[in-house]
Amino acid sequence: MNKNLRVKSSEYIDETNRISFKFNGKTFHGFKGDTLASALLANDVHLVGRSFKYHRPRGIMTSGSEEPNAIVQINPNTNRTEPNVRATEVEIYEGLEASSQNCWPSVEFDIGGINNFLSPFFPAGFYYKTFMWPASFWEKYEFFIRHSAGLGKSPTSTDPDIYDHRNIHCDVLVVGAGISGILAAKNAAKNNFKTLLVDEKNELGGSTIYENNEFNKINNKTPSEWLKKEIEELKNIKNLKIKTRTSVAAYHQYNYLLARENLTDHLEAKNKTNKIRQRLLKIRAKKVILAAGALERPLIFNNNDRPGIMLSSAIKKYSEFYGVACGSKNVFFTNNDSAYESAMSLYNKGINVEAIIDIREQSESKIVKKVKEAGIKIYWSHSIVDTTGYKRLNSISIMKLSNDGTSVTGRKISISCDCLGVAGGWTPAVHLYTQSGSKLKFDDEKKVFLPNQNTSEQISVGSCGGDFKIDEIIKNLNQKLKDILNINETDLDSIKVEIDQENSKRNIWLLPSDKPLGKTKPFVDYQNDATAKDIKLALREGFRSIEHVKRYTTTGMGTDQGKLGNMHALGIIADTAGIKMGELGTTTFRPPYTPLTFGTIVGRNVGKFFDIFRRTPMNDWHVENKAEFENVGQWKRAWYYPINGENMHQAVQRESKAARQSAGILDASTLGKIDIQGSDASEFLNRVYTNAWSKLAIGKCRYGLMLNEDGMVYDDGVTTRIGENHYIMTTTTGGAANVLGKLEDYLQTEWPELDVYLTSVTDHYATASLCGPNSKKILKKIIPDLDLSDESFPHMSFKEAKIGNIQCRIMRISFTGEHSYEINVQSSYGKHLWEKCMEAGKEFNITPYGTETMHLLRAEKGFIIVGQDTDGTMTPIDLQMDWIVSKKKYDFIGKRSLYRSDTMREDRKQLVGLLTEDPNVVLEEGAQIVSELNQSPVEMLGHVTSSYFSPNLNKSIALAVVRGGKKMMGKKLFVPMENKNINVTVVNPVFYDEKNERLNA
Amino acid sequence: MFLINCPYCGERDQQEFKAGGEAHIERPKQPTELSDDEWAEYLFMRKNIKGVQFERWNHAHGCRKWFNMVRDTSNDEIKAIYKMGEKPPAQ
Repeated sequence: MNKNLRVKSSEYIDETNRISFKFNGKTFHGFKGDTLASALLANDVHLVGRSFKYHRPRGIMTSGSEEPNAIVQINPNTNRTEPNVRATEVEIYEGLEASSQNCWPSVEFDIGGINNFLSPFFPAGFYYKTFMWPASFWEKYEFFIRHSAGLGKSPTSTDPDIYDHRNIHCDVLVVGAGISGILAAKNAAKNNFKTLLVDEKNELGGSTIYENNEFNKINNKTPSEWLKKEIEELKNIKNLKIKTRTSVAAYHQYNYLLARENLTDHLEAKNKTNKIRQRLLKIRAKKVILAAGALERPLIFNNNDRPGIMLSSAIKKYSEFYGVACGSKNVFFTNNDSAYESAMSLYNKGINVEAIIDIREQSESKIVKKVKEAGIKIYWSHSIVDTTGYKRLNSISIMKLSNDGTSVTGRKISISCDCLGVAGGWTPAVHLYTQSGSKLKFDDEKKVFLPNQNTSEQISVGSCGGDFKIDEIIKNLNQKLKDILNINETDLDSIKVEIDQENSKRNIWLLPSDKPLGKTKPFVDYQNDATAKDIKLALREGFRSIEHVKRYTTTGMGTDQGKLGNMHALGIIADTAGIKMGELGTTTFRPPYTPLTFGTIVGRNVGKFFDIFRRTPMNDWHVENKAEFENVGQWKRAWYYPINGENMHQAVQRESKAARQSAGILDASTLGKIDIQGSDASEFLNRVYTNAWSKLAIGKCRYGLMLNEDGMVYDDGVTTRIGENHYIMTTTTGGAANVLGKLEDYLQTEWPELDVYLTSVTDHYATASLCGPNSKKILKKIIPDLDLSDESFPHMSFKEAKIGNIQCRIMRISFTGEHSYEINVQSSYGKHLWEKCMEAGKEFNITPYGTETMHLLRAEKGFIIVGQDTDGTMTPIDLQMDWIVSKKKYDFIGKRSLYRSDTMREDRKQLVGLLTEDPNVVLEEGAQIVSELNQSPVEMLGHVTSSYFSPNLNKSIALAVVRGGKKMMGKKLFVPMENKNINVTVVNPVFYDEKNERLNA
Repeated sequence: MFLINCPYCGERDQQEFKAGGEAHIERPKQPTELSDDEWAEYLFMRKNIKGVQFERWNHAHGCRKWFNMVRDTSNDEIKAIYKMGEKPPAQ
């Protein structure tokens, strides 16, 4: 039977609102205001999980986001399940279910617990050392390693929740709503700064809100009373926005911060639907005030991980804030005064405190006296050397600590207890501070890393800035606020503080035991089971860099990122290696501070919003006619149009034949189109293309090849002169945006003197490409009054015409080698144009063809596709396109590079055609080409870039790049495949209609 | 994420911009008269400074204008921004 450990009504717990929830299948009760952790503790449940490596029983250790042990699976087996959630952060609601992780069959009886007894065989680097040999066994090991990796279970069905992103701009962002955050936000807002105050908890006030230590007074009130009044006043301040349940995950340069706002996680399932679950706030703040507080440190001693061993500050919070006693026989273990405050807090509520073990020799502060008066036994200069209790702490053994703190002496005293509060001092939460790029400095006296060099407009106030006593906090906060806000007075000037807090502390990173270190288990990283032994072993094995030790021992690599133990790891390394902490430095604090869900990261960019598609104006027709689509950049292009159950090969063979024998039609709307105007347009084209443009007559088209300055082919396309100073350039589909960008770059930076204007018109025009021997007849039917004779409208020319009232631009150009026209109309008429062509072409069996057939037809002609037959290392000369490179032009982009020693090499890879010995064998694109089969290592001459079975030639054809290929015409080469060698012959890359007779057919 | 003060549009988020490499490398006016080494110097050689660096940036998702930026690469502090053709500030 579980005990009820509620000790008093707390104002933050609503005892009239009883909530039932399930943990590991068992029903428990808590109250509104409880976290899963506080509700479990109230039911005397400490054992909540198993550790990662040794499967040791672990209990709740903290009361906040730094929790390493109490990580649970929320709502298992539902579509809202979430692994690795900190029980200390989960607000309970009716119907909540949670279960332990990393244990089987149950947290109470876990088979994996055997690892604990085998632990001598699992030293640091166990995996690296064990699974290295024999190398061939890796595949077998991998199965088991993967099986044991990870903690919780990721959801397997679609996330039903909505996530959101929001941009926020503010003058001042205050991170953390403890005493310093609240005062900072209040004063910033009052001075007309647009202020945002965020805190990860659901209540404001941090730890001061339950600070009832009678020796501390602010304006003659207890800190708690006084702060509540301050919080009350926040409500009436203009310019101030407060967001609770909002955790800042990342702090980037230029005061750009990311925070996760939790909106529905604390609600019952029925109230979660159709609401935004979590929102990622993208905050740009002019000034940032970090008031993130400090994390209490544990102490590192033998068996310091048993359920029931908690942070002293957590025990205090559970008692003061949640009204829960964490144990009935409590002991504290400390190196400073803060455990005494926790002890008095319990004592004042009638909770039994057995003893305080203090590693210091003495302390004379008022709170210590008070503890003595209360009759609580204090063991000065003592240390815990061992603990017992497998699933719950039941006793500790203590011994006298030597003067130098490295050994223990005397008689061993055993103290029976069920809860141990450890207090190892405080670590300022500088995580966000360092993420911003600012630098830390080690304070040797306080044994903490403190903010030192700020890189942006920011301050760290309160305990995250190294101030732990209320009077210091307020004094330093006041000055820092005046400096950053540039103001002369604040509310803080008139605050009167009386305190009796002492900072005396005795810091020992690793506490000794009566047993040798090798026989003890002093855990440094609780979640990953890294002990002080592992760290020392890593040092013995030669690791020196803190980053290496971290990775080798996995210290600080759990979901909690070592928020509790990292400082001790550093301390142990420094002590062992004899280095100063300041010189050792820290591992990098990386975002996020606490884990983010994938949902929050992607926000609304899911489903059809995951990636944007561009569709052509004819898209609906393609869909209605059952086209298969392929993605080309962001475009959805019709790939092929299968009929009667054809596969791709069959459809493409049919489409290719039809286009050559009668008529085909292609949706070419995706080609990039750039409108070029200006008195220097011709000169501009001269400079960007390899061929000459000055003499191109109005109404004529020309194919152009564009290079990079390094001489490599960048893009190609046909450009048409439609007026004296007016051109339309087409680019490849994928290259459109980059080409425009490159042209703009040259115009703005290298040739600002040129009078040229560029406008992308890709989306403004729809293009139908009509091709085949009957294309002329079809066009004639659509525009009867247009003169289509070769004299009036020859190949490579342009005409404006009208289809009914629709203005269109027609280019007689060809990418297939057939007589063909590209008809451009305003996009909104694209589908109409297409249907008109289909209707007119019916009697000629006009066949729509997709990109695959387009590729096949152009390959028959040996036309390259930039990006398929080229890869950024091919010059026009390599492509056997010398004819397009002007010898007369003084300069064009890339010209000089064409006669660098490297581009003139004759053994460069050059474009050739390949024919297979067996005409039915189609080569694989990407296949390697060799000249010798029995050579080792075999020399690769090149690879296949395009390969098809040509229905028009009735044989397999391929384009390839081959080293020195130009001089290999007729040579026999080999394409070795997995189970055969294919014999091929090098040929001219133009396979079909070499004399271009069909263009005028 | 920097906050970049586009000389034409004002302060905008870095995601609207594209970095364009080292600034003040002028394309030779007479490339054909350069030796292979001289041309290679223009074509390939770029500085990669830890510290103050002169760079080209483009407001790609904005006004599409190119401009120059002086940035300390060690802490990403932007020291100056000026238009194309303007003189770089003295270091």
